[in-house]
Amino acid sequence: MELFIQQTVNAISLGGVYAMLALGLAIVFSIVRLINFAHGEIMTFGAYGIFLALAFGLPPAAALLFGLAAAVVMALAMERTAFRAMRGADVVSLLITSFAVSEILKVLFQNGISPRPVPITFPPAWSGAYEVGGITIGVVPTVSIMVTFTALMGLSFILRRTVAGMAMRAAAEDIEMLRLLGIRANRVVAVSFALSGLLAGIAAVIWTAQRGSVDPLMGFFPVLKAFIATVLGGLGSLGGAVLGGFVVGMLEVLAQAFLPDSLAPYRDAIVLAAVIAALLMRPDGLLPAASAHRS
Amino acid sequence: MSGNALEVRQLEVRYGPVRAAIKIDLDVAPGSVTTLLGANGAGKTSTVMAVAGARRIAGGSVSIFGKDMTGASAEDIVRAGVAIAPEGRRIFGSLSVEENLRLAGSVLEDAQLAGEKSAAMMQRFPVLGERRRQLAGLLSGGEQQMLAVARALMSQPRLLLMDEPSLGLAPQMVDQIFAIIEELRQEGISILLVEQNAALALDVADHAVVLANGEVAAAGAPADLKNDSLLHAAYLAA
Repeated sequence: MELFIQQTVNAISLGGVYAMLALGLAIVFSIVRLINFAHGEIMTFGAYGIFLALAFGLPPAAALLFGLAAAVVMALAMERTAFRAMRGADVVSLLITSFAVSEILKVLFQNGISPRPVPITFPPAWSGAYEVGGITIGVVPTVSIMVTFTALMGLSFILRRTVAGMAMRAAAEDIEMLRLLGIRANRVVAVSFALSGLLAGIAAVIWTAQRGSVDPLMGFFPVLKAFIATVLGGLGSLGGAVLGGFVVGMLEVLAQAFLPDSLAPYRDAIVLAAVIAALLMRPDGLLPAASAHRS
Repeated sequence: MSGNALEVRQLEVRYGPVRAAIKIDLDVAPGSVTTLLGANGAGKTSTVMAVAGARRIAGGSVSIFGKDMTGASAEDIVRAGVAIAPEGRRIFGSLSVEENLRLAGSVLEDAQLAGEKSAAMMQRFPVLGERRRQLAGLLSGGEQQMLAVARALMSQPRLLLMDEPSLGLAPQMVDQIFAIIEELRQEGISILLVEQNAALALDVADHAVVLANGEVAAAGAPADLKNDSLLHAAYLAA
C-alpha cells in the first residue's frame, strides 16, 4: 500500500512535468503549426539559469524565479530570431528549423558551460519527506504536483477569461482573420511562446529539484515524452496534451515500479506500445483538437 | 488628395504567375455603397482582400480616406478605419458569440467602450444577444453572417468591406442582411459590397463595378448597368 501511494505521487508529479511540456508544445503548435523540438533546450536553458543564479550567490527562491525568466526569454528569442522568419512555411520546414535551433543550443551549452552535468544544490529542507498516516511522501513530488496544478489552472484562466487567451484560441482557428480584425498577430504568437517558455521553465525547476543537476542534453528526453503525450492526446489539442502528459508519466512510473526486473530494460518499449495501442483505437488522439466547421 | 473613402488605382494581385486582379480602378465615395460584381473567379475577393491588407499588392495603389495604404499590414488598415466581413464569414467557431465580439473590440484599447459596443451589437442583432454564450460555430449560417457583420462593426469602421454576405443564406435572411446594409449606409458608413446576387446588390448600391477575368468590364450607375441586357447576360447571370 505504501509503495502504491508513493508511486502514485511520483506518477502524478512526473505526469505533471510532461503535461506542462506537452501543453507548451501544443499551444505553439495550435497557432503556428510548429512542432518545436527545441522546446527541450528552453527547459535546459531555464535550468542553467538556476545554476548560474545560484553560482552568483542569489538566494534559492530568487534563483528559481531567474530560471523561469531565463526560459521565457529563451522562448521569445527563439521565436523572434528563428521562427518568425519562417512564419507560414510548411510543417516540415518548421520542424527542421527547430532541429537546427535545438542542435545549435546544445553545442553552445556544451562549449559555453560544460559537456558534463553541473550540480544544482537546493537547501536540504527542500528535499525532505513527510509522513501521512505512517506513509512517507517526498516534499519535492508533493510541491511539484501543487505547482503543476496551479500552473495548469492559471493557464486555463488565461485562455478562457482574458482577451490575450481568446486571441490565442482564435489564432489557432484562423490567424489571418485575427489580423483582419486589427489584432497584432506577432504579439499573439509572442505571447504563446512566452507562455510555452514559462511552462518549460516551471518544468525545469521541478526537474532540477528532483535530479540536482543540469547537463546540455537534459531537456531532450522529457520533451520527447511530452511530444509523445501531445500525439497521444491529439496534436493541437490543449486538453489532450495535458491528459496525454499525465497518462505517459503514469505509465512510465508504473512500469518502472511494478514490472519484474527481467522486463525493466523494455520499460520505454512497453510504454510506447501502450501509446501505439491507444492510437490504433483512437487515431486522432484521446481528446482530438476540435475542428471548427465553417459552412 | 480627394476625400474618397476608398480609391483603388490600377491594382494588381497575383498568385505566382496567375494574375487574379489586373489594373483595377475602384472608388467608394464617403457614405455610399459601391458594389463589386462579377462571376466566380472574376477577381472580386482578391481585390477586397488586397484592400484589406491580406493579399500582396503586385502593382497599383490603394488609398483610404485620402491616405495611401498601399502595402500596409492588415492590422494598420483596420486602424485606418476599415473593417471586413469576409467571404465565408470566418467567425471563430470555438469561441462564444460574446467572445468573438469582445476580441474584435480589443483593438479599441478601451475596455469600457468595447463593452458598450458589444452590448449595443447584441441589442442591434437580438439573435446574438440571445445566444451570447453559445459557441459561434453552432449558429446557423444567417446568424453567423450577423455575427461577422457585428464583429466587423466592433472596431467602429468608417469603411466596411462585405464579401458575399448573402451567399448560402435563406431568402428571408438575405433580405435582413440587405436591410442592415441600408441602415449602415444611413449611419454614414461607406461600404464596398461584393455580391453574386447582382439584382439585389444593384438595388442597394450607389455605384457599381463589374469585373470579368480579373479586369474591370464595366462601371457606372446601378440603373444603367441593370438595363444593359448584354452585360447582364455576359457577366451577371448567376
